[in-house]
This record gives sequence, C-alpha cells and structure tokens, in this order.
Amino acid sequence: MGNYQANLKISLKKGVLDPQGSATMGALVSLGYEVTDVRVGKQIMVEFEAESREEALALVDEMAKRLLANPVIEDYSFMVEEVGETK
Amino acid sequence: MSEALYVEVGLTEGEYEKIVELLGREPNHLELELFGVMWSEHCSYKSSRVHLGLFPTEGERVLVGPGENAGVLDIGDGWAVALRAESHNHPSAIEPFQGAATGVGGILRDIFTMGARPVALLDSLRFGPLTYARNKYLFRGVVAGISHYGNSVGVPTVGGEVFFDRSYQGNPLVNVMAVGVLRKENLVKGQASGVGNEILIVGAKTGRDGIHGASLLASREFNEAPLEMRPAVQVGDPFMGKLLIEATLEALETGAVVGVNDLGAAGLTSAASETASRAGTGVEIDVSLVPRREEGMTPDEVMLSESQERMLFIVEQGKGDKVREIFRKWQLDAARIGFVTDDGMLRIRDGKEVVAQVPAAALTESAPVYERPMEFPKKEDKEVSVPLPKLPDGYGEILRSLLGSPNLASKAWVYNQYDYMVRADTVMGPGGDAAIIRIKGTDKGIAISTDGNSRYTKIDPFLGGAMAVAEAARNVVCVGGRPIGLTNCLNFGNPENKEIMGQFRKAIEGMALACRVLGIPVTGGNVSLYNETQGENINPTPLVGMVGLLEDVSKRVGNGFTKSGNLICLIGENLEELGGSEYLSYVYDIYGNDLPVFDLEREKEVQEFCLRGIDEGLIKSAHDVSDGGLAIAIAEMIFNGRAKGAAISMTEPLIRRDSLLFGEAPSRIVVEVEKADVERVRELGMVPFMVIGEVKESGFSFALDDEEIFNEDTIELEKIWREALKWSL
Repeated sequence: MGNYQANLKISLKKGVLDPQGSATMGALVSLGYEVTDVRVGKQIMVEFEAESREEALALVDEMAKRLLANPVIEDYSFMVEEVGETK
Repeated sequence: MSEALYVEVGLTEGEYEKIVELLGREPNHLELELFGVMWSEHCSYKSSRVHLGLFPTEGERVLVGPGENAGVLDIGDGWAVALRAESHNHPSAIEPFQGAATGVGGILRDIFTMGARPVALLDSLRFGPLTYARNKYLFRGVVAGISHYGNSVGVPTVGGEVFFDRSYQGNPLVNVMAVGVLRKENLVKGQASGVGNEILIVGAKTGRDGIHGASLLASREFNEAPLEMRPAVQVGDPFMGKLLIEATLEALETGAVVGVNDLGAAGLTSAASETASRAGTGVEIDVSLVPRREEGMTPDEVMLSESQERMLFIVEQGKGDKVREIFRKWQLDAARIGFVTDDGMLRIRDGKEVVAQVPAAALTESAPVYERPMEFPKKEDKEVSVPLPKLPDGYGEILRSLLGSPNLASKAWVYNQYDYMVRADTVMGPGGDAAIIRIKGTDKGIAISTDGNSRYTKIDPFLGGAMAVAEAARNVVCVGGRPIGLTNCLNFGNPENKEIMGQFRKAIEGMALACRVLGIPVTGGNVSLYNETQGENINPTPLVGMVGLLEDVSKRVGNGFTKSGNLICLIGENLEELGGSEYLSYVYDIYGNDLPVFDLEREKEVQEFCLRGIDEGLIKSAHDVSDGGLAIAIAEMIFNGRAKGAAISMTEPLIRRDSLLFGEAPSRIVVEVEKADVERVRELGMVPFMVIGEVKESGFSFALDDEEIFNEDTIELEKIWREALKWSL
C-alpha cells in the first residue's frame, strides 16, 4: 500500500461558453490589461491509498469521471504522486 | 448523394427526394444541413401539425395567436400579457443543470422578443421515483439550474409543479413557462418585412455549442448512450441574458425595429428562414460578419450553432447604427449581417461567395406533414378491471402516509431555492393554487398556473386532456382570476408508434373540447415527441399553462384557512372513483382503469360559482380538490392557513370511504365562508353546495355518517408534509 496525492485540473471543454472567464476577461480589460482570452477552471487535490501506481491512476480517473468533473461539458487532466508508504 | 449524408442530418430518403424536387437540383452540404434542422420534428412539428389545428385559437383578447415566438393577450387599459411554454426535456436528461438553465433562458427570450418585459417563470417538472440515485441527481440538478438562471436574470420563479412517476425513469420532463407584460403599442413580431431593411445579430458571440441539438437531440428517441451526444449541450449565461432583455426593450423604444426573433433551436437558420417566411420576403446574410467566439468556424457551424443569448433584429434601413449604439451601451455585440430582399430566398454568403440559396418557405411552410397512423385504446381492453383494494382500517395512517408522498408533500424544498419575490410584484408566490403578479400602476393582477396529471391521460387520453385544461383553469379561479388564455407543452412518446399517435390525438381532442366549453383560447405551445428510453414511452403528458385576469388584485384569496369558526364548504359533488388517484398509486401501486365521471358543463358552473363568491368577497379562502382528494385538500388548507385546524362532518352513505377521502373526482372546490354569509353563497348559482365542517384553531377531525374516522394532531401532520420531500433526497 502506498500513499498517493492526485492533483486534478478541471476546465470547461474548448468551445463551451465560459461566463466566468468572459467576466474576468472583461474586468482585466477594463483595468487596462491587453488580455485576449481568459478561461476559469478549478484544481482539486485528493489524497488516498492504493496498491500501485497503476491502481492510483485508474482510481483518480474514475473519481474524475464519476464526480469531480462533469464530462458532458468539462475536460480534466491530473498528475499522481506517491507521498510515502503506509505500514 | 450518398445515403449517409441525409441520414446524418436526420432526414429520410423521401424527405431528401422532396428537397430535390423543391430546389430542382441536389442541395449542397450546407443546404442539406439547413433542411435537416428545419424539417426536424422539433422545428417543423411534422407529426403533430395536422392535429394542432383542433385547438380554438381565437378570442376577443387574443392579439397574437400560435405561430409567433409567444402568444399575446389583451388585458385591457392598453396592457397585454405575453405567454409561452417550452420543453427542455432531452438536454436536461443529459446535463440537468445547464439543460434546465438554458430552458429558462430560451423561454425568456421568446417573451421579450415580443416587446414584453418578463415578469414570471413557472416550471413543470417530471422525474422517475426518488428511490433511484440517478433521479435524485436529475431533480437536484434541474432545480439548481432553474434557480441559477432565473435568480440571476432577475425574473421571479413563482410556481409550477413537480411530479414523480416510474414512466419518467430515464426521461425526465422539464417544461418552462414564462409570462411577460407589455403596453399594446410596443408589440413587435418576428417578421423580416420591408425590403432593404437591415438584419442584425445581437447579444452573445457565436460558438460551436449545441450544433444539431434540434435535429438529433430533441427529435429522436433516447436509446443510445446519451454520452455520445455530449457536444450538443449548451451553456447559458444569465447575466448576458439580463443585458439582452434590457438592451432589447430599449432598442424597441427607438421605433426603428420592425421585427425580432430569438435564436433558439436551429439558431440562425431558423430565425432567418422564419422571419422571412412570415413576412413573405427573402433574407440575405453573410456568415463572415457574425461575431464568433471560436476560431475556424465553417458556415455550417455558424448557421447551426445554438449558442445562447442571441437574437435577430430587423431594423429600418439606415437606422442600424442607432440600434447598435444601444447594444454597445449594454456591452453586447450587434453586427449587421445582411438585409431583407424581395425574392423569397434565404441566401447565405461567406464573404463574396454564395454558399447556400434556398426558398425560405421551403424550409418552413413546405416542411413535410405526416398523418401518422393512429391506434386508439379499444373499449374491451378496459374491461379487465383491477380488483379494488381491501378497505383499509386506519384512515389516519393512510392520511399520514399520503402526506409523506413526494407527489403530495410540500414543494418548499424546491421553491425555497427560487427567488420568487424579485421585481416586488409577486402578490402570491409558490404554494398557492395559482401565482399572482400585479401590474404596477393599475389595480390588475394576473394569475398563472401550470397543470397536467399524466396518470389521467395514461388511463384515458381524451378525458385526461380535458381535465388538464379544467384543472389549470380551476386553479386560476381559486385565487380569483378569470381564465383568459393558455399555452401548452405536449410531451409524448415516439410518434412512429400508432398507440402514441392515438394518445396524442385523443389528448388534443379532449383539451380542445375543454377549451371550447370553458371559452379559453390557446395562444400557442410546444410539442415534445420521442420521449422514449429503451423502448419505454413516457405517460402521455400534456401540460397546460393557464393565465387568468384579476381586474382588482385586492380581491384575491389564498388557499389557507383564515379564521377559526368560519364554515368549510364544498362546491361540487363527491363521486365514487379512485382511478388515477395518488392514493391508488402510492398505497397500492396501481393506476386503476377508469377515471371519475367528468362533466365540462358542471365544471364551468362550479368555476363561475367560485369566481362570483370571490368577487363579492364572500369566499375567504379556496382550494381545488385534486391530487390526494378531499382529505388532502383540507389538510393543505390547514397547513397554509392562519387557523390550523378543521372539524369535518359529512354524510355520504353511498360512497366508499377511501374514495370520498382520497378519490380525485374533478369539479370540486373547498371554500371557507363566514357563518353569516352561507345563505348568500348558496344562492350564487345552481351548483351542488354543502357545508362540510368548521375551521378550528387546531386538530383535524373527520366524521362520516356520524362516525369519527380520524382525528389527527395537525402539528404532526404538517411536519410530515413539510419535511417529506427533503427526507426523500
């Protein structure tokens, strides 16, 4: 058993309207920044135990599909790191 | 042309041949796409159109009937109301939050497109039983999506219904209704009239969202894994929607706008061809001028995009800049993309090159009309009668159990998530028989209700359809409004199935008859077919959105008891029949085979009687007897009241007790009357009218033929009723 930490990045799919992103961009432009696009997403950290690195990757992918991301309108990517062993 | 191409856009071989005939040549790919969306069931109503003509659509108050973006009714003194309902079933099944949110955004656009300011939203929702996790997810998501859009855009969500039934497993229904108010002189239609006039696309930028939503999502049964259809879902932006409302209404003030159409299903294709076809003109647009959100979009994608918060404006020649200035002020795009022509063609350019050219009317009026085969339920099918359940012994137990049924329990969990007070014109919000919105600056108010019980239409589509209209009207009457017009959403299964077409036809016949007898015109509506999942069709579900008028809004009454000591009376007659009732369904898990006797003339008399009583100030509160029957109706009057109790005593020796308490015979209204007024009320009309009990401070007791059959603590009952839905989640 190992302890793993997953770091997921979730963002709206390309082509899906991002109202929060457009509002942020509007605000940046009004502050005088020459911004051409802003997309807002979220980052999620999950710590968990798994038998192996392969299992850890599979588990995170499953969590993302079932709950953390909304695959209908969002894309996700993640990195998994081993952070030590459990006795 | 290879078969794959027309099948890909959702057309049949016969339809393809018709297109070739209309054009006198083979269509190119873009033209085929235009036909694909415009001839889809969702846009063309090809299976339903022959039947919709049965509805009465004329009346002295009707300013705009079916065929426009919304119906408009005259409410006197220069004021009018716009109303429309629409389904967003399939998008909500795939992505409940955004599906419901964009449903709200879309129906609002239909309203302000007519020049009306949206003042109220209502939602009729249907889900499978809450015992399934998927249904809980859909229910929560849809309610959250409605509140997200409605609350942010600043239009109150004032009412609606929620109903759970197995037949909606996998195919929830999300029907949204909006009502707007306008001065009659500000009415504008969706017409591209005046050759040379400018065509503007305004609002949000165009992206790739929702391409093929109308042709593939809304017009096919729902078998294949819905995930395959993901890209067809759109995302709404309520703040942009709010800007669009304000900018549109301000632009209309200039007097330079001759026509407006919203961009909904089938986007620019639909708006351009419909506005041209209604006005008998042609339209030429250049897709390269459409403001885009994404790089590299093809003309096909621009024409088919269902990006939200966009509208098409037809503006007098030379005045486009004035209108564009207003949109710029509201930080919205407004681009001149073309002009009105006189040749009847929808001509699409990409820069200099003409990429498609078809007669506008070929896309709209020439769309195929199918008289699909129908099969009506046979009489002998019905004689297999379900044995009636054994008479239960504990009626109090049954009452408590029914109050905890998600269908009868308080819907506060839902409407507490909605802002129903924003704009400060809501004089009666959710939880009443109908919502009431006042018209500022006048004494008037409009009462709005949505209704439709699909168990009734499943048992008998004709009677069920008539009952849906009658009940929605009765709801409006119970608050003191006179019904003046209705819109509808007709949700049915697969029209290629003969029995489904039979249900559809019969339900429309029933609704149309009720409209005629009650004198209520239909101002438009929406048809949603192919509500089928893995071969299982939903119950036929016609939903009625009724609008009523109160000349003096201060005369309204609520549905809660007002004062201990007042008499509880029943207008109408009790009849023995349990078919279709929540009692049979919830307690015994059956629908039953027959509906109660329903007499439309009686219904009309009952409604007139109640309206007169409210108008003369004799009726202090009123509530119609519907889902759950008489006992539930009285319980709800207790829970919604200031006086929290009732003592009922009736003599009905000829009717089974469970049927009297929980049967749902129509044409009945429970009213509260002061003792001194009873005789005056009795003389209001020739309708059965009886005193059945007295309002108390507490306790709910029911005596039948001098025998007490239950006596319950109302605090305990109310707790069950208020909390049941929350605990089901």
